[in-house]
Amino acid sequence: MGCTAADVVAALRAAAAVIQEHRDELVRLDQAIGDADHGENMRRGFTALLSRLDTEELATPGKALKLVATTLISTVGGAAGPLYGTAFLRASAAVGDAEELDCELVGRALQAALDGVVARGKAVVGDKTMVDALTPAVAAAASVNGSVAAVLSAAADAAAEGAESTVPMVARKGRASYLGERSAGHLDPGARSTFLLLRAFADAAAKA
Amino acid sequence: MTAASDTGRVGLVVVSHSDMLANGVAELAGQMAPEVAVLPVGGTEEGGLGTDYGSVVEALADADSGAGVVVLYDLGSAKMTAEMAVESADDPSRYSVVDAPLVEGAVAAAVAAQGGASLADVAAAAEGASGETPVAAPSRPALHLVPDAVSAEVLLTNEVGLHARPAALLARTVAELDADVVVRYGDEEANAASVLALMGLSAPGGKTITVIATGKDAGEAVRRIEELAERGFDD
Repeated sequence: MGCTAADVVAALRAAAAVIQEHRDELVRLDQAIGDADHGENMRRGFTALLSRLDTEELATPGKALKLVATTLISTVGGAAGPLYGTAFLRASAAVGDAEELDCELVGRALQAALDGVVARGKAVVGDKTMVDALTPAVAAAASVNGSVAAVLSAAADAAAEGAESTVPMVARKGRASYLGERSAGHLDPGARSTFLLLRAFADAAAKA
Repeated sequence: MTAASDTGRVGLVVVSHSDMLANGVAELAGQMAPEVAVLPVGGTEEGGLGTDYGSVVEALADADSGAGVVVLYDLGSAKMTAEMAVESADDPSRYSVVDAPLVEGAVAAAVAAQGGASLADVAAAAEGASGETPVAAPSRPALHLVPDAVSAEVLLTNEVGLHARPAALLARTVAELDADVVVRYGDEEANAASVLALMGLSAPGGKTITVIATGKDAGEAVRRIEELAERGFDD
């Protein structure tokens, strides 16, 4: 059984709730090594998404993912806007006009999202960015052959580990890179929000 | 901030996290290039620090007179926003996001655009502008050794000498002609096509510079620079 557009919209609503819940935590993480705006930027973006989900007609999962992309690009001010915007845009293109997402399409969407983030931000694993969470998530998703919920759950677990791995890293991209060695010892806020989103999607898929 | 309509020149968009910074850079660059559209985009829609994708998309269209637009940015996410805006344009090849120091790059690009340079040349001017004093590299062939060079000693009659505005005037004058021009002051030489290189000479008022030109319009280039200096650079 796959994910319909309605399932995707439900997962996006759940993700928006999680982002709102963790707004202050993301602000604190970004305060330590960045410009302290990630939590508020993400909250603003996903709040805007919620109100658009109420009004837009979304016939396919791809259309829902595209709405996320255009909303985040235009409402999130920091680096997360173009990065998540690109991720969701590429994911949307990867699933095309499919009526339902199966585990293979979800895997393809995750891979496309990662490729987009890497192309946009030019970060690689070890740079202390969302790529450190997303890369193992994509690999884990590809290794699971089961339900969409199982694929997303594996991706979220791997993202959790990947996000944790950013703690000792010295940042080489973004505002944190200006801190040099002082960026070590802190969890990267982008890696954290990537995990939060994947976990929210996985939980929503498990309930669907 | 001139509107881009039918100036025929390459336009500039300055993308910054800060509205004040974007405006300041645009003001500075615009002073050097009265007929170039230099549009600032800074801050989020709510007036905070950040970059707004929609505003960048609008500025790209507004700055484009048909000759294309060079986009300069301050920090990482401003670059990403600019690149997204360019990718989403109908014809991305009309826009060039350049990796250049924001202030020096904007000034160099504005002067190049004022001189009628192409999109690629305006982008190159921005990228070639470094924070260092951009005096001609020593590896450059010494133009005064070329046999058909035309040269003249020119007295800087204005008070400030080869400062920003006079340097921009001189660079613009040269840009219109088919000539390679070098300006020498003391032991240093600068390519006259580069306003930053000219400013880097730090030639004050009351001093004499040497102008050396080669190429088809070499004589005309030297004559125009002499005229410009005689008029005190219209100060």
